[in-house]
Amino acid sequence: MMNNILVFLMVLPILAGIILIFFRTNRRVQIVGSLGTMAAVAIISIYLLNKIQNTGILRLDFGGWEPPFGILFVADSFSMLLVVTTSIVSLICLLYAVIAAGKQMSTLYFHPSVLFLNAGVIGSFMTGDMFNLFVCFEVMLLSSYVLLTLGGSKRQVREAIKYVSINIVSSWFFLVALAYLYGSVGTLNMAHLAERVAEEGQGPLLTTVSILFLLVFSLKAGLLLYFWLPGSYSTPPAVTSALFGALLTKVGIYALFRVFSLIFPHQPELTLSLIGFMAAITLIGGSLGAVSTNDIRKIAAYNVVIAVGFILVGLAVSTPSAIEGSIYYLIHDMVVKALLFLIIGAMISLTGTAQIGKMSGLMKNYPLLGWSFFIAMLSLAGVPPFSGFIGKVLISEGAIENGHLFLLAVSLLSSLFVLYSLLRIFKNCFWGETIISKDEQLPLHKGILVPCVILVLLTAGIGLGGEGLSVYVADAANTLLNPQIYIDAVLGEQQ
Amino acid sequence: MKINDVILKTVAKAVVLVIITFGIYLFFSGHNTPGGGFIGGLVLASAFVLLFLSYDVETVSEGVPISFKKLSAFGVLLSLSSALAPVFFGKPFLSQSFGYFDLPLFGKTELATVTVFEAGIALTVVGVVVNIILSISEGTK
Repeated sequence: MMNNILVFLMVLPILAGIILIFFRTNRRVQIVGSLGTMAAVAIISIYLLNKIQNTGILRLDFGGWEPPFGILFVADSFSMLLVVTTSIVSLICLLYAVIAAGKQMSTLYFHPSVLFLNAGVIGSFMTGDMFNLFVCFEVMLLSSYVLLTLGGSKRQVREAIKYVSINIVSSWFFLVALAYLYGSVGTLNMAHLAERVAEEGQGPLLTTVSILFLLVFSLKAGLLLYFWLPGSYSTPPAVTSALFGALLTKVGIYALFRVFSLIFPHQPELTLSLIGFMAAITLIGGSLGAVSTNDIRKIAAYNVVIAVGFILVGLAVSTPSAIEGSIYYLIHDMVVKALLFLIIGAMISLTGTAQIGKMSGLMKNYPLLGWSFFIAMLSLAGVPPFSGFIGKVLISEGAIENGHLFLLAVSLLSSLFVLYSLLRIFKNCFWGETIISKDEQLPLHKGILVPCVILVLLTAGIGLGGEGLSVYVADAANTLLNPQIYIDAVLGEQQ
Repeated sequence: MKINDVILKTVAKAVVLVIITFGIYLFFSGHNTPGGGFIGGLVLASAFVLLFLSYDVETVSEGVPISFKKLSAFGVLLSLSSALAPVFFGKPFLSQSFGYFDLPLFGKTELATVTVFEAGIALTVVGVVVNIILSISEGTK
């Protein structure tokens, strides 16, 4: 049976994006087209996720060229879980954009760019070829450049220059690393790479190449090399920050998990310790950043950094429960970071400022917004019953099993910093004296809260219904820890 | 001051024809020999750039009333459709097929679906390159 349906996850957004370019001025077509496409992608990916549980890993060889000669898409539980979350979160962010953003935004190629961004992200999750991963990264980055500069205010352009240059440098490193890899083992198919690296033994040369990949992906994920992140994630409009915060760093994290569990798992005492060390510094740096600024957008951006560190603690520990915890936490973080950035966007549009000291008593006028923020805060800090809890417990459990007590301490301490940094926003902006009276308050567009409430329900749902996800997450973790399953599925006979 | 550019304009007229012919040749030769949609597209785009340089943007836009943004989108659409077409015949995505046909004038000719894919790429490259050059030349006022 042909698995052509796999490619539709990436092709549908591209196709819709192109068609939307032709209808640039028609706002209704833009809205219906982009929302419909993301809904279709979500439905297909949920269907595939369920199918994988019965049939095992699915693959599609493009043009019928069998691996390792052709390029292919591979769908295992890990990638499909991320695709499902990506499409649902993007759908909700688009909904927010439709309600909140002006007409100008939606006719300036905003919707096609979001669709192309999604195509890049989904392609990166699904590809089974290292060079194709690079291409999908570029698709994603090019659309993110467009989204970052859309609107073209001075601040945006300044941050975009930094963002674009840092990404061009890291893409160049990526290419160099690919060239070294291809030069030393002669293949770029991930499963074939895994086999060849295992055959040759991961010597000093291949380990160096793997460190080069670590460098590239940590730049994209914001692991240790996150210096560019707070600036560029806090300048664009709320929807764009939400999409960036929810999706972009996760692709880097996904690549780290894939590469260091599948291709280079043979020198854990070097690579995984290095990742653990970088994760610890990321956690400390992110925590300090989050409590050191009064700009609520920057606080949210530093929270992205902390989450990256936290998820990679799971990879550094690499026990079954820690990997499961990381996967739970990845899903949770995509949902809740989108929620956080959307609420903060709404706060800024209501008050016209991003400084903590300049707003106060929002709770009285906008109670629903306040309580949504409160729940996002609890979820991020890992308070049950919300979604952050399961991930934190499982990662901590793994760290204890494996004796990584230092990582455990740092990661738990960072949760306190997350709580403290958000509690500062909650206490100063939502509590306190209401500065504006009931008649003077800006009316909050009722619809803006709809996407936020959906996300709140999602984070509560993932927390309470974690049991329902556990089948998929366990399968995903199993494949990550036993690369042979992946290799057999790719290099075996087409089913 | 008006620059006397009669020579440039006259030469450009002839050279553009040569460039376009060469671009089309590269495009078709790409099937089995060096060349192809990307390179052919770049050469074709250079013909447009030469026209924009030797005449001015308004004159050329009047003569070639194409929106280059839409041209590049159309190119991607064409490539994507040719990649998607095999899906409807029960083949994997991106499958290509070819056959030999007896055409008048050409005799026995190989026709391949990959040409459609390459044509899409060529159009995209032309659209993107010309668009970049036009955007740079506009600047901010």
